[in-house]
Amino acid sequence: MTGELVDTRAPAGGWTTGTLVEMDRNDRLVRLRLDVPDRVDHLPGQHYVLRLRAEDGYTASRSYSVASDPGDPLLELMVECLPGGEVSGFLHDEARPGDVFELRGPIGGWFTWSGDVPVVCFGGGTGVVPFVSMLRHARRIGAERLIRVCAVGRSLASLPYSEELRAAGAFVALTRENLDGRVAAPPYLDELEPLVAGAERAYVCGSVGFASYATRLLGEAGVRADAIRVEQFGATG
Amino acid sequence: MAPDRYREPVPITRGFSGRPRRGRPDRLPPGQYDTGADWPTLTAEVTPHLVPDEWTMTVDGLVENPHTWSWRDVHALPGSTYFGDIHCVTTWSKLDVTFGGVSVDTLLDIARPRPEAAFVMAHSTTGYTTNLPLEDVRGGKAWLVWEYDGRPLPVEHGGPVRLLVPHLYFWKSAKWVTRLELMDRDRPGFWEQNGYHDRGDPWLEQRYQGDP
Repeated sequence: MTGELVDTRAPAGGWTTGTLVEMDRNDRLVRLRLDVPDRVDHLPGQHYVLRLRAEDGYTASRSYSVASDPGDPLLELMVECLPGGEVSGFLHDEARPGDVFELRGPIGGWFTWSGDVPVVCFGGGTGVVPFVSMLRHARRIGAERLIRVCAVGRSLASLPYSEELRAAGAFVALTRENLDGRVAAPPYLDELEPLVAGAERAYVCGSVGFASYATRLLGEAGVRADAIRVEQFGATG
Repeated sequence: MAPDRYREPVPITRGFSGRPRRGRPDRLPPGQYDTGADWPTLTAEVTPHLVPDEWTMTVDGLVENPHTWSWRDVHALPGSTYFGDIHCVTTWSKLDVTFGGVSVDTLLDIARPRPEAAFVMAHSTTGYTTNLPLEDVRGGKAWLVWEYDGRPLPVEHGGPVRLLVPHLYFWKSAKWVTRLELMDRDRPGFWEQNGYHDRGDPWLEQRYQGDP
């Protein structure tokens, strides 16, 4: 037994609808800002289910991490467009402001941070999205000193929220292009160690391969396995 | 809140037609899609490196004969195979999979549940827990498995050994299971405390707390 998994009593919401108010996209990502009347405030790190419904009643739904912080009047989701993705492809190519979507959330009580304890966050690709929510929340409540983020992407252009992350003091490691004199490479142990110092909890979010790499590196940096919370995703369209 | 109780009419998504329905097997529960050859991984914790020789399986709580099996002990029990489908709450289903191991009935026959036992808490080596009605793990519905498609179960999918309860959403099939605790009343496990349903029947779409 490595640890006690605690009841975090996070907020939870049922099915509702949201109206797409703002959006922007590049060739691979689409950012959706939705107006969800009477929504239940989420904790940073929670997710929503978004459901599409065809005229014959057929539905397809996927889970997306929330990028906005609870104090944001709108709900923000960042969706990566996957090859042949039934939901992500639709959101990227077809969705437009004014569209109404079925939404359910917030969901998940484990991968959350309310701004109470010092934490280190380690995200790969779209795995940085919950940490954007945490950083925005930290800034709103004045808890910036409690959170450190390491964001890993192939390039600055492909890493969601790269500018916002850097402006918020996150360490950004790019694996396919150099950045400010740092040669392209995954994060090194000595780059992670100062971020880990003093953290009581670590969060890892990314692909299965990334999560495996990140938890191993955190372990080498001295983080206990039972202090690491993991959210990993495979391609589910 | 039940999916059919909306404050307003359910909106049709403008311009959405979805994947072709033709050829969709009617084996897919509502809201699920066929993941094909893929097997996505979902884990909340660091993947442990379990050494089979150090692993044990215990059935205790409200039983007449609490029992612990070693890796070798469970392999000596009569084997049992599951062939069929699995369904994950994250909306993928995987059809026609084969798992090999031992039926949970075999373990329960040895441990002998007391009459008042009505629920089970499955515990993993990681501290992960999930709760199930006892009736959902007996009567040929649940397995302790260590083989997938005739090969050792991969560690990222719970290897060397996991619980398999294929008629419920797959978070009930605890990876790295080490103990079944029989209880007289229901108690929420890990995901159940974190917003997920206590039973998790995919055909009833019991995904989250509050679903029917």
